[in-house]
Amino acid sequence: MNRFVALLACLALAPLAGAVDSGQRFEDPVEQSRYERVIRDLRCLVCRSESIADSNAPLAADLRREVETLIRAGRSDEEIYAFMTERYGDFVLLQPPVAPRTWLLWAAPALFLVGGIAVVLVVVRRRARIASADPAALDEEPDRP
Amino acid sequence: MKLPLRFLVPALVFAVLVGFFVVGLNRDPGQIPSPLIGKPAPTFALESLGDPAWTVGPADFAGRPWLLNIWGSWCVGCRQEHDALMAIAEQGRVPMMGLNLWDDRARALRWLAELGNPYVSVAFDPEGRTAIDWGVYGAPETFLMDGSGRVVKKHIGPITLEVWEREFLPLLAMTKARP
Repeated sequence: MNRFVALLACLALAPLAGAVDSGQRFEDPVEQSRYERVIRDLRCLVCRSESIADSNAPLAADLRREVETLIRAGRSDEEIYAFMTERYGDFVLLQPPVAPRTWLLWAAPALFLVGGIAVVLVVVRRRARIASADPAALDEEPDRP
Repeated sequence: MKLPLRFLVPALVFAVLVGFFVVGLNRDPGQIPSPLIGKPAPTFALESLGDPAWTVGPADFAGRPWLLNIWGSWCVGCRQEHDALMAIAEQGRVPMMGLNLWDDRARALRWLAELGNPYVSVAFDPEGRTAIDWGVYGAPETFLMDGSGRVVKKHIGPITLEVWEREFLPLLAMTKARP
C-alpha cells in the first residue's frame, strides 16, 4: 500500500519533469519571462500539438535559440511573431490571429451556443404549450411534441 | 406543414458538417502551405559542403530558375528520394542546389560519394539558421525558384518523378516561357 502511494506521488510529479528548456537564458527577469511566454506561443512544426517550449525536436531547439537571439537584439514580441509567420505561416502560432478569414473560427463557439439555446427555447415552449392545452398528453406520448 | 422544417434543419446541419469533413479530411496535414510562395527567395551565403573556403548562395543562379533541396545524411526520406533527385539532375532542365541541414560534414560528403551527387553546389547549414529563413521544418523539402528569384513551389517530403512531372515541370515551363 505504501509503495502504491509512493508510486502515485511520483506519477503526480512526472509532468514537472517534462520541461525541456528549463535553464535560465537571460540575466534580466523581464526578458526571461518574455522568452518563456513567446516560446509557449509558438508551435513546433514537427510535433504539431506541442509548443517549442515543450518539444525536444531539433527544430524546436533552433527556434528557441532564434527567439533568444531576437530578444537580445531588442525586438518586440510582435516583431518576433511576425518574423516567425513570415517564414512558417500562421500555423506557427498556437493561437490563430483574428482576421476576416478566421472570424468564423473565432465566432464558432458563440454561434453553437446561440444555436443550442434557440433549439432549447423552441422545444421548451412547444412542450409548455402542449402541457397547458392538455396536461395528460405529455404523459401518454412524451416523444411526440 | 410542420414536417418539412423538422426534417430540413437536421438535414441541412448534416450537409454542412459533411462539407467541412470532406474538405478537412482530404487535406494533407503534412503539407503546411509556405508563406514564401510568390515572394523573393530568402538570400544566404553559406560555406560550401565540399570546400569551406567557397561560399554558395542564391546569388549563384541570378536570372535563372533553380531548385533548392533540403537534405541531411540523418534523413530517411532523403535517402528515399535520392534516386529521383539523380534522375532530375540527369535531365539537366534546371540546376539544383542542396542545403545540407543539421549534419556532419564528413558524413554528408560520404553520402554524396556513395549515392551520387545530384547538386551543382551544396550549402552547409549545420545549425539550421538558414533553414529557419526558408521556413524549413524538416527534410526533405524542395523549393523551385523562377528566373526573377521568386519562390514558385515548395514540396514537403520525398520527391518522386511523378511529383516532379506533375507539379514541377508545368511550373518550370511557365517560368521559362515568361520573358
